[in-house]
Amino acid sequence: MNINSNSYTYIFAIAMVVIVASLLSIAATSLKPFQDKNIELEKKSDILSSIGVIGENPELLFSEYITDQLVIQDGRVVSSDIAAFDIDMAAAVKESNNSRKVPLFKAEKNGNIFYVIPMRGTGLWGPIWGYVSLKGDGNTILGASFDHEKETPGLGAEISTPIFQDQFPDKVLFSQTRDGIEVRKGDAYGLQQVDGISGGTITSVGVQTMLEDCLVPYKEFLLKLADDEIEIPSDSILSVVLN
Amino acid sequence: MEINKPKEALFSKKNRKLLKDPMNINNPITVQVLGICSALAITVKLKPAIVMSLSVIVVMALANVITSLMRNMIPNRIRIIVQLVVVATLVILVDQVLKAFVYDVSKQLSVFVGLIITNCIIMGRIEAFSLGNTPWKSFLDGIGNGASYGLILIVVSFFRELLGNGTLYDYPVVEKLGLYDLGYHNNGMMLLPPMALIVVALIIWWQRSKTPSLIEKD
Repeated sequence: MNINSNSYTYIFAIAMVVIVASLLSIAATSLKPFQDKNIELEKKSDILSSIGVIGENPELLFSEYITDQLVIQDGRVVSSDIAAFDIDMAAAVKESNNSRKVPLFKAEKNGNIFYVIPMRGTGLWGPIWGYVSLKGDGNTILGASFDHEKETPGLGAEISTPIFQDQFPDKVLFSQTRDGIEVRKGDAYGLQQVDGISGGTITSVGVQTMLEDCLVPYKEFLLKLADDEIEIPSDSILSVVLN
Repeated sequence: MEINKPKEALFSKKNRKLLKDPMNINNPITVQVLGICSALAITVKLKPAIVMSLSVIVVMALANVITSLMRNMIPNRIRIIVQLVVVATLVILVDQVLKAFVYDVSKQLSVFVGLIITNCIIMGRIEAFSLGNTPWKSFLDGIGNGASYGLILIVVSFFRELLGNGTLYDYPVVEKLGLYDLGYHNNGMMLLPPMALIVVALIIWWQRSKTPSLIEKD
């Protein structure tokens, strides 16, 4: 048979496409449950690590530490068809600040209450995301973790390293002057400022914008927590005493 | 006659040459000038360079064997498309399996999937070698070229990570040596892509000065 004839070429191409397509779709469908499980476990361990819990079994630890999962819209707890954990942040941040429904995770560790807020924004080359955990007053940061899809290694990608993230604990989100955390160039002076990454300015600014944007729906809810805190000793003071 | 031909040993001199040549006189990066694009992209640090090297070795060996098995069936006019389909299918399959069973590794690799599919070394070796040779020879050629590509990648990323970041495989070498206290600063320029080209050029210079057969007569 002449393998360079037109008819053979067409038959070969069609057969190849059919074989490859079915091979790939079988692989994709049969592996999907495993992949989804992995993504879920990663999300759980990300949420846990933002409150400083790191362990072998995120599944178990998650049910142990995360006491409540709320859906927030425009500063209020609302009911939702989708569970808080399953909310797709990438889709949520596309809606306007007051209409989007976003998850809030309430955690309890050593008797202290913490709140974990998921974030999502854009860096230089692609999406960036993270989790910010707050102490019981709803204002003081306990910890922050950020990650990215394809920021430049050594530059923007540094947002996922401790060098950047360790600046966040004990900063505050809301004050008279601003909401969120300002990423500064070399002179981070106050409770709401952190140092950006040299050479990673656009990614650093992306983090600042992401914080500002993602905090809006939670603001009223968190400020109310702060008001309630006046009556009972705040967790931050408690933990200092305990330490 | 095909039947009377004595069977060639698995590691005959000619076959060993397939593994050895790419290391020096036929190196894919420094001599064939293939795969430069990915060499720029992922040599900022050692770790991704090593991951990329291993992936390329595996994909190239498999792709070479598969196209070699099909070499008498592939219509000449669509051979490039067929090669691309074979490579892309392999890479996506490997990526899917990794995502399901070793998620951490797959997260590291996901950036490279596109880079591997379009890697000119893989396409170049399929086109130049495995379409005209037996599967075993093609397998050796794949391993040889993949490993030599990896060698250059690792050498380049060694210098870029050490001089640009002060670390090796994320271990803070310069800090441990106490050079920062003496006023040493990392050279941030090493992290930018052009420096990969310059390091590759230095390797080519060194290699040519050692290997007279590579020097053009005129």
